[in-house]
Amino acid sequence: MTAALLTHPLFAGFTGAFEFIFSKQESDVTGGKKVGGIEQVLELAWTQIELSVLALLLAMLIAIPAGLYFGHRGKGELIAVGIGNAGRAIPELAAIALVATVIGVGFPGLVFVLALLGVPPILTNTFVGVRQVDHATVDASRGLGLTEFQVIRKVELPLAVPSIMTGIRGATVNIVATATIAPLAGVLTLGDFILGENVYGVNGVLAGAICTAILALLFEFALAGLQRRLTSKGLRLQQAQ
Amino acid sequence: MISALSALPTAAVGEVGEGFLKHRTGETLPCQAHTSHLFCWDWATEHINRFGTPALQQFELVVISVLIGFAIAFAFALFAHRYRPLQWPLLAGTGVLFAIPSIAFFLLLLPITGRGRETAIIALSAYTLQIIYRNVMQGLGNVPESAKDAARGMGFTQRQILWKVELPLAVPEIVGGLRIATVSTMAIATLAVFAHAGGLGTQIYAGGNEVFPTAIIIAGGIAILMALGIDAVLLTVQRFATPWRRAAAEAA
Repeated sequence: MTAALLTHPLFAGFTGAFEFIFSKQESDVTGGKKVGGIEQVLELAWTQIELSVLALLLAMLIAIPAGLYFGHRGKGELIAVGIGNAGRAIPELAAIALVATVIGVGFPGLVFVLALLGVPPILTNTFVGVRQVDHATVDASRGLGLTEFQVIRKVELPLAVPSIMTGIRGATVNIVATATIAPLAGVLTLGDFILGENVYGVNGVLAGAICTAILALLFEFALAGLQRRLTSKGLRLQQAQ
Repeated sequence: MISALSALPTAAVGEVGEGFLKHRTGETLPCQAHTSHLFCWDWATEHINRFGTPALQQFELVVISVLIGFAIAFAFALFAHRYRPLQWPLLAGTGVLFAIPSIAFFLLLLPITGRGRETAIIALSAYTLQIIYRNVMQGLGNVPESAKDAARGMGFTQRQILWKVELPLAVPEIVGGLRIATVSTMAIATLAVFAHAGGLGTQIYAGGNEVFPTAIIIAGGIAILMALGIDAVLLTVQRFATPWRRAAAEAA
């Protein structure tokens, strides 16, 4: 089906894709039912946002406490960094396709799989962020009478925020990109436009790509803003120097 | 699209080609015809050849993309190192390219470059920019002021300091960036199938119904092994490029 595209005159460029986003189009294979339009775009985008946000939250819930704990204890460096490296090497397409053929997951299962893809970068960066905190600072806070939990919460965590956020942003890139191919596992996201070329046509594919890119950038900007807000004032001043 | 993958097990039989079914029918039907089999050794040993060309294609894609990405990101980093105000815009710009899902990137290039290898290489090298740029900048930033001072004291020019002191000392971070870029690009290059650029993705997502768990596992496994292989090579390069680090480690 995609082979036909090679010979297809593509030179109309992006105009058709923008039309597809904003108004419904005739489709050859849906029996007269119209496809595209802003309503379907928003519906699919919403599913992708839900899927990505839930997966990201789950990944953070697993990876941040684990990273803080190992980082604080100074143990498990090989595991924490090794998981990060191994996670990067997993081809997302293979992961989703395998899960789809073997288990045939729906929404909850997919959230879990995407979360697993998001854990490695967050875990590694949290660990590294905590390990980088100056020993003198930690000792000083102990001297002030802080409990170990307070040391983590009030000293190590705030100082590790930039590193943790780097991990979260990396994980988000990964999760949002992989959520694009979620239709392979039966959850319809914006990727449905991309993967369903026989239904949506070339313009649909292009429209899917445009919407996916915009969505990914929205995530990126939101997190960049969040990072600025979460970084403590002292650290920001230090970085500015 | 869901139908493409849900109709797998039956279709896998049709894929085996001539002579296969003649020899093994009914009771002796090979494991690939059974949905419950996660991995089918029979099929794997018989069909391992078909993964050769896609693996090579993917290897080529990754190496070319990372090399191009490195050349550009390295130039960016040197510029930003020389002209500080460029640092932020370059970081943000490469960050935007990094954030766009590669599959969308491939298709956005469609009206411009068409489908094929070039498209995949453009998108993949754009993806590596941020990783490499950030690491080179970090490496240059970590060079101790005292080392630069000493070089200045010896009469080094700004250019000599950059090439003979700062860059050699930044090698660990630079190679570190290359390693991350290669490993993640290798994983993402599996998606190059959507750009019609071949690669192992063709064995995972054929758009038809000839894919099943065994093929996915083999294709994914090859991608992971190639990533680890290149990673090991780069690690070796890093060790040879920084002999003083080994000397320090031995002395300690």
